[in-house]
Amino acid sequence: MLPKTLKKAADWIDDRLGLSATLGPMLRHLVPHDARWWYVFGSATLCAFVIQVVSGVALAFAYIPSATDAYPTLQFITHDAPFGHFMRGLHYFGASAMVLMVGLHMAQVFLFGSYKFPREMNWMTGVLLLGFTLVMGFTGQLLRWDQNAVWSVVVAAEQAGRIPLIGRWVARFTLGGETVGGATLNRFFAIHVFIIPALMFAFIGLHLLLVLRHGVAEPPRAGEPVDPKTYRANYNALLKKSGKPFWPDAAWRDVVVCVGMIMAIALLALIFGPPVLGKLPDPSIIAADPRPDWYLLWYFAVLALLPHGTEQAFMVFGPLTAGLLLIALPFIAPSGERSPRRRPWAVAGILLTVTAIAALWVVGSKSPWSPNFDPEPLTAQIIGATNGPVFVGAQLFQEKSCLNCHLIQGHGGRRGPDLTFVADKLTKSDMIIRIVNGGVNMPAFGATLKPGEIDDLVAFLESRTKHKDAPGSAPLP
Amino acid sequence: MNESSPDQSPQCREPTPDEITRRRFLEKISIAFAGLGGAIITVPLIGFIFAPLFRKEPVVWRTVGKVGDFKVGETTAVEFLDSSPLPWAGITAKTAAWLRRTAEQDFIAFAITCSHLGCPVRWQPSSRLFMCPCHGGVYYEDGSVAAGPPPRPLTRYSVRVQAGEVQIQTKPIVIQRA
Repeated sequence: MLPKTLKKAADWIDDRLGLSATLGPMLRHLVPHDARWWYVFGSATLCAFVIQVVSGVALAFAYIPSATDAYPTLQFITHDAPFGHFMRGLHYFGASAMVLMVGLHMAQVFLFGSYKFPREMNWMTGVLLLGFTLVMGFTGQLLRWDQNAVWSVVVAAEQAGRIPLIGRWVARFTLGGETVGGATLNRFFAIHVFIIPALMFAFIGLHLLLVLRHGVAEPPRAGEPVDPKTYRANYNALLKKSGKPFWPDAAWRDVVVCVGMIMAIALLALIFGPPVLGKLPDPSIIAADPRPDWYLLWYFAVLALLPHGTEQAFMVFGPLTAGLLLIALPFIAPSGERSPRRRPWAVAGILLTVTAIAALWVVGSKSPWSPNFDPEPLTAQIIGATNGPVFVGAQLFQEKSCLNCHLIQGHGGRRGPDLTFVADKLTKSDMIIRIVNGGVNMPAFGATLKPGEIDDLVAFLESRTKHKDAPGSAPLP
Repeated sequence: MNESSPDQSPQCREPTPDEITRRRFLEKISIAFAGLGGAIITVPLIGFIFAPLFRKEPVVWRTVGKVGDFKVGETTAVEFLDSSPLPWAGITAKTAAWLRRTAEQDFIAFAITCSHLGCPVRWQPSSRLFMCPCHGGVYYEDGSVAAGPPPRPLTRYSVRVQAGEVQIQTKPIVIQRA
C-alpha cells in the first residue's frame, strides 16, 4: 500500500514540476556512438566546478573577508576547524583540477576541430569560461590573504596600470584605493564569490544549452570536411543511424571520470593539505618573495624573460591578442577538415603551446632570474685558499652580492653566468672591465669597489679554472 | 509537442493596424521603463563600486623615528601608516620605505616597490644595491636601475626633519604607465 502511495506522490510531483518531461529528453539526447573517452573532459570540468562551489560555500561559513580578520580565520580553518584543513585542500586541488580539465577539454575540442560550424558559439562561450576560470584562480589565491596575496595584488595593479589611457584607473580599482589597505580584500571577495561565479553559472548554462542545440560533435574522420551546406543534415542522419542516448550510454564514462577525479582531489587534499599560509598580510614586511600559484607560474616566467623594451607593450597586448585569437578561432577556420591527421598546424600549435607552457613552468618554478638572497657560503675547499688575495677576493665575492647572482661550484644564485670556471673564458682585463662597467644584466661595481678590492676579486676569479696549474690559480689543499 | 507559436493559435486573428501601433507603443514604453528602473539601481551601484577611483586621499607627513635613530650613511627600512586608513584596515594599512641618512640633517627615502611590477626590493648593505626578488631587477644606491627589467628608477618619498623627528610624506603606490 505504502509503496503505491509513494509512487503516486512521486508521479504527482514529477507531473506538476515537469521534471521528466523537461529533463528527460535533455538527458537522453542522442550522441554519436563513438564519442567515448575523449569526450569526458567537459563534464570533468563541470564536476570540478561543482566541487569548487560546494567547498567554497563551506569555506564561506568560517572565512571573514576583512583586511584584519581574514588571516586569523584562515588559521582557524586550517588548524582548528574540524575538516577545515581538508576543506581548504579540497578547494585548492579542486581549483587545480578545474584549470587542468579546462585545458584538456579545450585541447581536445581544438584537436578534433569541434569548434567549426555550427559550434562556433560553443567554442566562444568556452573561451570566456576559460578566462573566468583563470580569474577565479588568481582572485582565489588573493583570498588566501597572506603576504604573498598582498604583493600579488600590487603586481596585478602594476600590470593593469600598463593598459593605455585607463590603466591608472584600473590599477586603483584593483587596489581599492591608492595603496593596499582595508578596501583591497573585499573587492576580490566580491569578485571571487559573487560576480564571477554568477557569470560562470550563466555561461555554463548557455554552454550546455548549445551542446544540446548543436549536438556533441562526432569524432572526426580524415577526408570528411565540414561543409556548412550539408553538415547538419549529415550529422542528423548519423545520429538517426547510430546515435546513442547520452544517459546512460555515454554518461557512465563521465561519472567514472568525475568520481575518479573526486577521489584524486580528496586524496591530494588529505596527503598534501592546503597551500601553506605565508607571513602576515603586512605590506611593510619587506622580505617577501611573491609567486603565483602553479597555474599562473608560467606567466610569471614570461614576465621575467621578455626582452627589454618589449614587455611594456606585451603586458597589455600579449593577453589581449591571445584572448582575441582564441575567441576568433572559429572564424579563422570555420569549415573544412576536422581530423588532426589533416591539420598538421593544429597539432603543431597544441604541441608548441604545451611545450612552451611546460618549459616556462619549469623555469618559473626555479626562477633563475631572481637573486638568491640566502646563498650557501663558499667553503674553504671551494675557495682553495685560507689567506692571500684569492681568499680575500672570495670574501668580497660574497660580501658584494656577486654570489647572490653567480654560481661557484653550485653555491650562489643563477641570475648571471656560472663562474665556476670563469678564468678559462675571460682574461684578467675582461674581468676588470665587466666588474667595473657592469653588463646587460649586471650592475657596474666601479663606484662601490676600491682598486685593491677589484684586484683581490679578480685574483679569486682567476683561480676559477679547470687547469689548476694556470697562473693565478691557487693550489688545492 | 508541435512547434507552433501562440501567434498562430486559433483564438488569435490578424491584428488591425491600430492594434499593431498599440503593441509597438507598449513594447517601446516597457523597454523605456525597464531601462529607467535599471538606471535607478545601476548608476549608484557603479558609483559605489568605483568610488575608490574618485576618492582623493590626503597627503600627510608620518614620523618614522628620531634623527638620532639613524646613522649617517646607513639605509634602513622604516614603516609608517597610509594617509587615511580605513578603521578595519589593521596591518594592511602599513607601508615601508628605505630611508637613508645622507648627512647630519639630510635624509632620502625610496619606495620599496620595484618599478617593474611592484615587488618589494631589498637593500644589500655591503654591495649597496637594491635587489628585487621577483624578476631580478637591481638598483644602485641612488635608486637608478642597475640591471634587469625595471623601466624606471625607484620612486622617492619626500622626507623632512621637524623638531628632531624624521618624517616621510605619504604617497600612493606608483603605478608605472606604458
